Amino acid sequence: MSAVAAPQASGYNFAYLDEQTKRMIRRAILKGIAIPGYQVPFASREMPMPYGWGTGGVQVTAAIIGPADVLKVIDQGSDDTTNAVSIRKFFAKTAGVATTTETKDATIIQTRHRIPERQLTEKQTIVFQVPIPEPLRFLEPRETETRKLHALADYGLMHVKLYEDISRHGHIATTYDYPVEVADRYVMNPSPTPKFDNPKMHMSPALQLFGAGREKRIYAVPPFTKVRSLDFEDHPFEVQRFDKPCALCAATNVYLDEVVLDDRGGRMFVCSDSDYCEERRADGHRGELSGEAPHLVGGAA
Amino acid sequence: MMAKLNDKPLLSARNLGKHYGQRLGCRDVNFDLYEGEVLAVVGESGSGKSTLLGLLATELSPTAGAVNYRMRDGETRNLFDLSEAERRFLLRTDWGFVRQDARDGLRMGVSAGGNVGERLMAVGGRHYGRIRDTASDWLNRVEIEPERIDDLPKSFSGGMRQRLQIARNLVTHPRLVFMDEPTSSLDVSVQARLLDLIRGLVSELGLAVIIVTHDLAVARLLSHRIMVMRQGRVIETGLTDQVLDDPREAYTQLLVSSVLAA
Repeated sequence: MSAVAAPQASGYNFAYLDEQTKRMIRRAILKGIAIPGYQVPFASREMPMPYGWGTGGVQVTAAIIGPADVLKVIDQGSDDTTNAVSIRKFFAKTAGVATTTETKDATIIQTRHRIPERQLTEKQTIVFQVPIPEPLRFLEPRETETRKLHALADYGLMHVKLYEDISRHGHIATTYDYPVEVADRYVMNPSPTPKFDNPKMHMSPALQLFGAGREKRIYAVPPFTKVRSLDFEDHPFEVQRFDKPCALCAATNVYLDEVVLDDRGGRMFVCSDSDYCEERRADGHRGELSGEAPHLVGGAA
Repeated sequence: MMAKLNDKPLLSARNLGKHYGQRLGCRDVNFDLYEGEVLAVVGESGSGKSTLLGLLATELSPTAGAVNYRMRDGETRNLFDLSEAERRFLLRTDWGFVRQDARDGLRMGVSAGGNVGERLMAVGGRHYGRIRDTASDWLNRVEIEPERIDDLPKSFSGGMRQRLQIARNLVTHPRLVFMDEPTSSLDVSVQARLLDLIRGLVSELGLAVIIVTHDLAVARLLSHRIMVMRQGRVIETGLTDQVLDDPREAYTQLLVSSVLAA
């Protein structure tokens, strides 16, 4: 988090945002860290990308990044999708920082919809891109009312949603953006990560920051903070399970993506975290399809 | 089963008044309400009934006077001195509010069971099975088939919606229920059934009820005492039968005589 540095591309301040804006965002971040799970309003700026592409996350990253940082950007677990590539390029150009695709080397990880499989460390900060920060939004449309509900910790409504899930589907069918209670106080949207990643937020050594650009909210989970997924006593919180290990690296207990292979029903399940999968394959792990489908998914034999 | 009743008033209004700028909502309202008692507030449109109910339920803030309420711990407090959190807690535990239009009182996009269970979850119920059992029990008590527990209120008839609203309000065993014209949007035979149900529940649970209605027949059937309002003031109060059979004020006489005999 260094202050002014020489602009890397002419015409831009370091990391695109001007210093005054960064100060404003840092203040919001500090407040968010001081009140875990509380949504801090901030004066979100126009960014050179459309809303929904991570304008909130980019502003948070721009406010905390320094020349010595190493940035990793993932989109749905993958480092090589459009969104991830363009945000990584954006910071390489405007801040001149080193970028990486390896979780272990990164100091800042900006993410859309996943938390890396590898355990994060105290030296790392993870920045989430959040489309809808308000967990009560689809239950209570009035912003004045949802703020009051948060202030009074009046969260019965949240359980009505889970109740409806169970009564309709026989189990809690919410699979992503699964509401959590932070530090025994605020109920928070973890952004649309699969609920598989919720347990990783609990007592995480890494600082977790959330930025919602369109909704103009920043919130945070400080390191080693209690994060509990909401549930019922007789319908406890559960994460997704997969029948098979990753088809390329044979990893179990990871979140898998389904990849359609042909038009005759062929499919395989591979790690959603592409860096984790590559690392395992480099270590010699082999899944059942790792020899057969390298050209399809870039899986090296 | 009759609940054991206390001899101190549950709720008392003192010189209660509300002005909307220059316009008068209601003024100088004084009354005591005891546990297990049903008070009807009658009067024509614009007489200040709904304003009064809004004040009592703390949805509006008064321009004069106070409403004292005996809390569950026995302490009597002015409702307008309570914090927002305390008032909300009161609203979802000790009180109920049955609205004229069920759409205002129900969550139309949430199943019947979820509607009834909401209050239980709001006060910390976290066991799905028990919440569901209680909801199903209450649906049964208000004569809704328990098989319809997962149906949306959208698919319910007007009468069923009102009964669902009642179940949703009574599930936390409140001591005081406000009712704003609960039967006026229903046809006559459905009205009669609903009134019968309310009367049964009121005496069984020892509920105190303040019911606002323009229908004198409803007042006669349900209430013990009656308050007649006109132009924002209470012009006559008394036992229901007494007031309706032998009205003293000219306006009350007019009101009573204007009811069509069936």
